[in-house]
Amino acid sequence: MRPIIYLMALNEALQQEMERDPTVFVTGEDVGQHPPMGVTLGLLQKFGPQRVVDTPISESAILGLAVGAAAAGLRPVVEIMFIDFLFVAFDQVINQMAKMRYMFGGKAKLPIVVRCPCGGGYQMAAQHSQSLEAMLCHIPGLKVVMPATPYDAKGLLTAAIRDDNPVFCLEHKKCYTLTGDVPQEQYELPLGVAEVKRPGSDVTIVATSYMVHEALHAAEELAGRGIEAEVIDPRTLLPLDMDTILKSVRKTHRVVIVHEAVKFCGFGAEIAAQVAEAAFDALEAPPLRVAAPFCPVPFSAPLEEAYLPNAQDIVDAVSSLTPAKT
Amino acid sequence: MDISREKLIEMYERMVTIRRFEEGAAGLMRDGRIKGFIHLYAGEEAVAVGACFAIGKEDYIASTHRGHGHLIAKGGDPKNMYAELFGGRDGYCRGKGGSMHIADLDLGILGANGIVGAGPPIAVGAAFAAQYKGERGVSLCFFGDGATNQGSVHEAMNMAAVLKLPVVFICENNLYGEYTRQDRHQGVKNIAERAKAYAMPGITVDGMDVLAVHEAVGEAVRRARDGEGPSLIECKTYRYFDHQGIGDGVADRPTEEMEAWRAKDAIVRFRRHLIQTKSLSEAEAEDIDRRVAARIEDAIAFAAASPPPTEDELLTDVYA
Repeated sequence: MRPIIYLMALNEALQQEMERDPTVFVTGEDVGQHPPMGVTLGLLQKFGPQRVVDTPISESAILGLAVGAAAAGLRPVVEIMFIDFLFVAFDQVINQMAKMRYMFGGKAKLPIVVRCPCGGGYQMAAQHSQSLEAMLCHIPGLKVVMPATPYDAKGLLTAAIRDDNPVFCLEHKKCYTLTGDVPQEQYELPLGVAEVKRPGSDVTIVATSYMVHEALHAAEELAGRGIEAEVIDPRTLLPLDMDTILKSVRKTHRVVIVHEAVKFCGFGAEIAAQVAEAAFDALEAPPLRVAAPFCPVPFSAPLEEAYLPNAQDIVDAVSSLTPAKT
Repeated sequence: MDISREKLIEMYERMVTIRRFEEGAAGLMRDGRIKGFIHLYAGEEAVAVGACFAIGKEDYIASTHRGHGHLIAKGGDPKNMYAELFGGRDGYCRGKGGSMHIADLDLGILGANGIVGAGPPIAVGAAFAAQYKGERGVSLCFFGDGATNQGSVHEAMNMAAVLKLPVVFICENNLYGEYTRQDRHQGVKNIAERAKAYAMPGITVDGMDVLAVHEAVGEAVRRARDGEGPSLIECKTYRYFDHQGIGDGVADRPTEEMEAWRAKDAIVRFRRHLIQTKSLSEAEAEDIDRRVAARIEDAIAFAAASPPPTEDELLTDVYA
């Protein structure tokens, strides 16, 4: 183990998988010569243009290429420069790659990874800052991971590449420069397994992606007030590990769900509903959600700051549920 | 171009098989024995057969919503195709796909497709895989005149041209995008002209002439295999049924137009050619017709007896 940043952890996962499996290739806009986020840095030099394929700005054709190549036996890893750009190519995502196996009676195997930088915080405005995981999670046939730490990033991306289904790896831009301990050697983190990032007994905070870090900050603050929050990161949203969440809620009797996406019809609604359905008897307070308001992501710094959920919002939400222990 | 007598006869038989298959499907729908959407290929047989006989089993095709003809031309078995139309367990998709999604990757069929213009990017991907593996494989991509107004088709052509991929884009210009005549849905008359935008060869051929299609696709396939990149071939053709369903289209198309195209019928014409060139005798042709009719009848009987999938299959194969 040694400390590296999140984007290098992803880079290492790609390099090691490409070395291990010659059917893995990387494609997308500028992934070879001028990697936009830096995740694919050095791959072109190491593996050549046949396996690191720069494409025209054509998201439908890029994702279609991945579908056809995967159906014909390769393992494409696609980068969509910003998750927002998926919308011009949703047919290939929703009608093609997600449904092919089922429609074809189980005969097709689509081992595709689609990596998408997502999230706000850099004044990139409404079309380069969205969190769209809930839309993808609504589609049977897809899998969705949202690693929050360098360790999770490498292990989940490795597992995603080895998975025989289309997997979306959603990478929050604010996570790219976070540092954490990561083993040099390859490892897989199984998809669909949540992690308790911080144990606690008074309230469960379920947070995804960058919000995991905000939740951990909030938990520190709450600890100072005598409230021990348990922070759970699902890591994989689809398939979702509800067991870990329910086990925690049965212990703490309170749950706050945190994500950066818009609250209305967001992923938090799914978790809240499942908690209510399965553990209503254990709840001592209504499930609460901390999420973005119902508007596009604004450009202006103070507006964007007001838009993005943060540790203070989480502290406030938890405080409203939990009697202060002083 | 030299084509062996055996191959010519096989091509003829395949065209007749497609026609009888579609007539059989129309009959089943008329009798209410099959349900759902059905887009019949009758009239366009020369395109599928001319094109698919220019490639091998290991090569790929991407088909369309009007896909039955492509599938039979690429080697699909009418038994399993009909079973799919019945929603039966012996269908190519175990009854989960239906007419618009019949696929068999083992036969190099990347699937029919319910979305107009979705196939070309996928065909490009299969061609990429062939190039990546260093095989000399090619990918044929069928789509209609209507699809050439979809962005995905242009993205796919550009991508194939830039990456020099072994793809042959085959536009079946049947003059109508759904129910809208070509001159009302696009500015160009000859869709092959659009190839210029991607610096690839584009030619227009008579899509009612199986040998003309075969020759044009054959040359494009040679280019593709030799690493010279993609081509666009526009086949002028005509469908005999409605866009969807089993109507004859009189409500939307001029009778004189339909009669003029039927007078150029690809099967009648090819049969006449084979008899004139003594590749086939009248008696042999009749034999073939009888054999195909019997095969279709058997296939329908097989499919009708295929049990539907059981409810426990509802949730299988969502994931690998």
